[in-house]
Amino acid sequence: MATVEINGKEFEIDEDGFLLDYNNFSDEWVEYVRQQEGIDELTDEHTKVVTILQDYYEKNGIAPMVRVLSKLTKFKLKHIYELFPSGPGKGACKMAGLPKPTGCV
Amino acid sequence: MAKHKTPLLDQLESGPWPSFVSDLKHQAEVRAKNEEGIEFQIPQDCVEDLLGVLELSYKHGRTHWKHGGIVGVFGYGGGVIGRYCDQPALFPGVEHFHTMRVSQPAGKYYTTEYLRNIMKLWDLRGSGVTNMHGSTGDIILLGTTTPQLEEIFYELTHNLNQDLGGSGSNLRTPADCLGSSRCEYACYDSQALCHFLTNEYQDELHRPAFPYKFKFKFDACPNGCVASIARSDMSFIGTWKDDIQIDQDAVNKYVENDSAYPSNAGAHKNRDWGPFDIQKEVINLCPTGCMSFENKQLTIDNANCTRCMHCINTMPRALKPGKEKGCSILCGAKAPILDGAQMGSLLVPFVEVNPDNDYQAITEVIENIWDWWMEEGNNRERLGELIMRQGFQRLLEVTGIKAAPQHVQYPRTNPYIFWKEEEVPGGWERDVEEYRKHHLR
Repeated sequence: MATVEINGKEFEIDEDGFLLDYNNFSDEWVEYVRQQEGIDELTDEHTKVVTILQDYYEKNGIAPMVRVLSKLTKFKLKHIYELFPSGPGKGACKMAGLPKPTGCV
Repeated sequence: MAKHKTPLLDQLESGPWPSFVSDLKHQAEVRAKNEEGIEFQIPQDCVEDLLGVLELSYKHGRTHWKHGGIVGVFGYGGGVIGRYCDQPALFPGVEHFHTMRVSQPAGKYYTTEYLRNIMKLWDLRGSGVTNMHGSTGDIILLGTTTPQLEEIFYELTHNLNQDLGGSGSNLRTPADCLGSSRCEYACYDSQALCHFLTNEYQDELHRPAFPYKFKFKFDACPNGCVASIARSDMSFIGTWKDDIQIDQDAVNKYVENDSAYPSNAGAHKNRDWGPFDIQKEVINLCPTGCMSFENKQLTIDNANCTRCMHCINTMPRALKPGKEKGCSILCGAKAPILDGAQMGSLLVPFVEVNPDNDYQAITEVIENIWDWWMEEGNNRERLGELIMRQGFQRLLEVTGIKAAPQHVQYPRTNPYIFWKEEEVPGGWERDVEEYRKHHLR
């Protein structure tokens, strides 16, 4: 497994750039993912998605379904792609520090 | 000289069937020689390492790919299947070995120019190894690295006018039989419908928004050459409403064993099954027994024909599907996980296939089903499982289709029958005191 360093802080990540340990999430991590995932500028809306994903994950132990994320954030899927070009899985979940999505993807 | 010894794989080079091992070795050699002077963007020896890791799996009886992999291109939530080797030190050429799904043309008709262009791109930026095609239908480009994904996507879209296929919890790449392009049984233009719906639902295909995967497949007749009834959540199977078209003269040519009229178009020619016997091979095999042949006349009681295709398949020069054509829609096919395998269940017995109004009758059914499943479907629950969980009745309600005998193979045998409150005089609100007035405790 690889390690990345952002602003003096080290993170252990897998090949796809997902954080190995959710507890290591920090602002530096957000900045790292921002650069990786084609996001020019972080807005409150990015933060909102990230916070909601984390709340849901902490409460339920899984990432929410896409439809649930849309309902909680009140963002249409189209808008979530505008915020996170790689989409809710590869983009937003990665930024929130959640584990890598699995299954037949 | 090969990079890895592959004694087990080498055995698969003998025998008459085209050997994938010989082909891979050939590709490894072509890359090693590089006579075209290609500036390979991924390791030149990736195919050799692919053979190496496969040989190791043959030896161990275990896969050597890591779990999962999330890669892709910006704007899409699917289309690329990420994969990493779990022995990167031994096989650096396949440390990254991602698969790209490329949307195929309906019916898989190609020009060599198109295929050459795809391969030119893939030789430069990928392994040069493909799967033609994946089971769902896509052109599969097997093996490249993460940095190449956007490069390939750029060239596919900008130079080849070609998009990715689907993966993830979304509409997967639709596929069809060859349809009317070269089949006289086609009851609708399956390629046109497949192409139209693929374009119509691009958003649903590229950005996963569903509880789970969802597949369309289009068979232009009940023979099911793309197996839609077994391999798609929504299966579109062509059929007809009126009478089978009979050419009596041609029927008699079959009966007379005219050599230009072999039964089943000669499909059983390599064995002597005796002369064609219309009674034995057609009339007696008809599942509804609705046919007869007397005085050189073939009669079909079309009202009792279930359009199984057997007689048409046996005497294609004499019998043709009717003229009033359309398709049936069946729902819910899936593989065993989680609740057991399912084939499609008949939802719409007959619907018109009309390109002039953008297939409105069909898109209406699709969108009603999506509205329901997207709202009610659990995480990773296929449509077939939602139908099992909430009931076929619910599917009929959300699609606004009236229940008909054709919806079942046989009626239920258990008496656990739900009624709606409004259907029952007096409703559900009852007073036990009132009951006690007539029935002492």
